[in-house]
This record gives sequence, structure tokens and C-alpha cells, in this order.
Amino acid sequence: MTTFKRTDGRKLDETREMKAKVGIVPNADGSAMFSFGDTIAIAAVYGPKKMHPQHLQDSEKGTLRCNYNMLSFSVTDRIKPGPSRRSMEIGKITEWALSPVVMIDQFPNTVVDVHINIIQANASTRCAGINAAAMALAHAGIPMKDMVSSISIGKLDKTLVVDVSKAEEDWEDGEGATDIPMSFTHNGELTHIQLDGKIKREQLKEAIEMARKATQKVYELQKKALKETVE
Amino acid sequence: MTEKENSTERKIVTPGEVILSGNDYLPGEGTEKIGNDIVAFRYGLAEEINRLVKVIPLSGVYHPRRGNVVIGKINNITFNGWLMDIGSPDNAFLSVAEYPKFVHKSELDMVMNIGDMAVAKIKEVNRKAVDLTMRLKGLGRIDEGIIIQVNPNKVPRIIGKEGSMINLIKEETGCNITVGQNGFIWMKGDSIEKELFAKKAIMFVTEKSFVSGLTEEIKKWFEKEKNHPSMADLKEKK
Repeated sequence: MTTFKRTDGRKLDETREMKAKVGIVPNADGSAMFSFGDTIAIAAVYGPKKMHPQHLQDSEKGTLRCNYNMLSFSVTDRIKPGPSRRSMEIGKITEWALSPVVMIDQFPNTVVDVHINIIQANASTRCAGINAAAMALAHAGIPMKDMVSSISIGKLDKTLVVDVSKAEEDWEDGEGATDIPMSFTHNGELTHIQLDGKIKREQLKEAIEMARKATQKVYELQKKALKETVE
Repeated sequence: MTEKENSTERKIVTPGEVILSGNDYLPGEGTEKIGNDIVAFRYGLAEEINRLVKVIPLSGVYHPRRGNVVIGKINNITFNGWLMDIGSPDNAFLSVAEYPKFVHKSELDMVMNIGDMAVAKIKEVNRKAVDLTMRLKGLGRIDEGIIIQVNPNKVPRIIGKEGSMINLIKEETGCNITVGQNGFIWMKGDSIEKELFAKKAIMFVTEKSFVSGLTEEIKKWFEKEKNHPSMADLKEKK
């Protein structure tokens, strides 16, 4: 443990420099930016507005629709623009991560659109996206039970680290890298967890506790950014 | 909780944040009681009046309420009325029966056509639609003047306490101003300069909407603006 060194010299429980800003898209009802180091996500919220086409309307409750998009210049190799299997999956994941807190049951037949754009990517894009989306939803005045903060935990060989970067995601020594993105409300309730790789049950529990602790810092920053916009 | 002494102190809260704790307080709009705490359910300014805690929204789309005066655009014409876009998720419906004069059903477009702006009052909000009425003074189609759109959440600041702010702007600019609760503001004066001046004043209010003692501030602003050389011709006309 003592000999383990992260590629960028961070401590095991240290995140990259985080930045958050609210109200950056003037035409949206609510918007926010969130960044982990070089990963920058912009979220814009439109609505509640009438759902079109009409057959998608839900007369019982409103619908939350998230759209995740990685811009073609966000990575070193240009990625093909437009929807892909990956972006649709992350959009859906974001929806599921946020829906436990968003109270749109008060707005039947409507839709709240969340557009997340990744303008620069260096791993953990979905976490930055969820953080930005939660702030943008709050900024749009959507009733919410709580905020959602997201962070990724990485298992590099056998060591757990907070907030994986691209270099760490490609870790090849020993057992290799496992990326575990997680989202929590500020009360510590888990709203989303993904795991791609191998991990022992005990170590996963440890990882969840680590993420829960780390999201508190994210939450504080989100709160600070929301409060600052008014002054 | 050091702000507790000053109960009228407003502070910005985020969703999930505990506003006040203890059994002395009641949860109002935008809040809920969880255990012993009053928790904010939306982003806005928290306020406590007579032990009732509520959150005043700072942003978001307009939510229609009964009795609101709104300004909207005629969207569509049906066989017995007009559909109006008032900036809310649902369209608002104005029935011919709610128009002050008798209109034959074949002549609906002669009275108000698609694209026209109109002032109306919300008669009823039900689950499916918003019903409007025009059978009151000051309501009807807009023929002249200028219309601007502001954030609907800033409308209370533009009106001020018991209309103090809007009456001051009306007096100083000599314009007739109608503020729709949905954020549309209609200004009509005898000259376009006066209308633009009123617009400038309203824009100033929306920008400074978080300053306390705003009515005093705007009084000073009018003093300053009136002495500006570009305002000379406006003064003359007055």
C-alpha cells in the first residue's frame, strides 16, 4: 500500500481539481458546468414543457429525459458525432441516477429535458455529467428531494483510488483497472452504481464507503456554486 | 444557525438542505418536514414568516394560477375559442363566451388572429387545461406599444409591495404598463422614446432584483437618468 503511486501523484482519496458553475446557458431554463480536472461537462435543462409526440405523454407523472453527448473534439482521436450505443446507455444511466430525487410527478403530460455535453473528456465523464445535471435541474427550479453527487472509484491492481483519470483507467499492471462510478444523495443514499470488471465483495463495500465520503466534497461544491450565482 | 435571531433574513437554499430545525416551525411551499428538520425541496430563497417556512423560487418556468393576469400569443383558433401560449407547459384556452363582446363563431379570426398578442386573466386551472377570461377591465387584444419578456420569477419585484415599484415606473416614464404574471410586460406610451425608457427601467429592476431597498435605488436611478443629455428630448415632451 505504501509503495503505491498514482500516475499524477495524487493521494488515494484525492480528487482532481473540481470546478462548478451555474447559469452558463442563457437560453436554457437551468444550466450548469462541472469539471473534474480535464473532464468538463455542461448540462442544460429545458422544461417542464409539453411532451411531443402526444403518445409519449404520461398522464400520471412527468417524464425525465436525459441526453448525453460527447462532442467530437472532446478526446484526442476525433470521435464520430451523433448518438451511439455508449451515449444512449449513459443518458439512460443519468436518468436513473437522478429520477429518485426529481419530483416531476406534479407535472403530468410534461417532459423535462436534460442535455449533457462533454466538451473535454479525461475519464469519469458520466460522473461529471450527473453532477452538472443535478445542479442544472436545481437551477431550473425543478422540485427535488435532494441533490445527487457522483464520483468514480477505481481499483488499480488491488488498490482503491478516488476519481480515476484516463491514464489510470488504462492501468495494466497486476489485476488491471476496474472503474466503479457511483452516485449518492447528500444523505448518503446510493442512486446509481456501475461496475465493469472484477472486485471482491468486501472490497466493493470499502469502495462504496470511499465514494460516499468523496461525494460529500462534490456536494459542498455544488451547493456553493448554486448559492454563488445569485450574489 | 446563527441567522435564527433575525427571522425575516432570507437565504438561498439548495434541494435537500435543512433550513431550520426544531418543532417551532411549519413547512410551507417548497419545503417538507423530515423528522425534526424543515428541508428545502427546491432551489430558491428561504423565508420564515410567523413560523411558516417557505422557499421562494428564483428560476423555472411559469406555473399558471387562478386570478393571474397574463400576456400571451394567440396560437390556434378552434371552433369555439382561441388557444393562447402563455409560457406554461399547457396551452391556455379562451372561449368565445369569455370575450367581452358577442363574436360570431365564423368570425373568430377577425377579432383576434393567430400571432396576435392579448392580455387575459386566468379563470380556472384544472388538470388538463388553463381557462382564460377577458370579461374584465384592462383585458383584450394588444394593438400598440412594446412587449418585453422577463424571468417570471422576477415579476413580484417589478410590481413591488402593493404595486409601489410599478407605480413609480409608470409615473416617471408616463407609460401605461401591464405586467403579466408569466413574465410578459406590455408598455404603451405616447412616444417610442418613453416606451424604451420604461423598458430600460424594468431591465434595471430585473438585474438588481436581489438588492434590498430596491424602490429607493430605482428612485436614484431615475434622478441620474433624467439628467442624462440623451434624455433631454424626453423631458421636453413631458
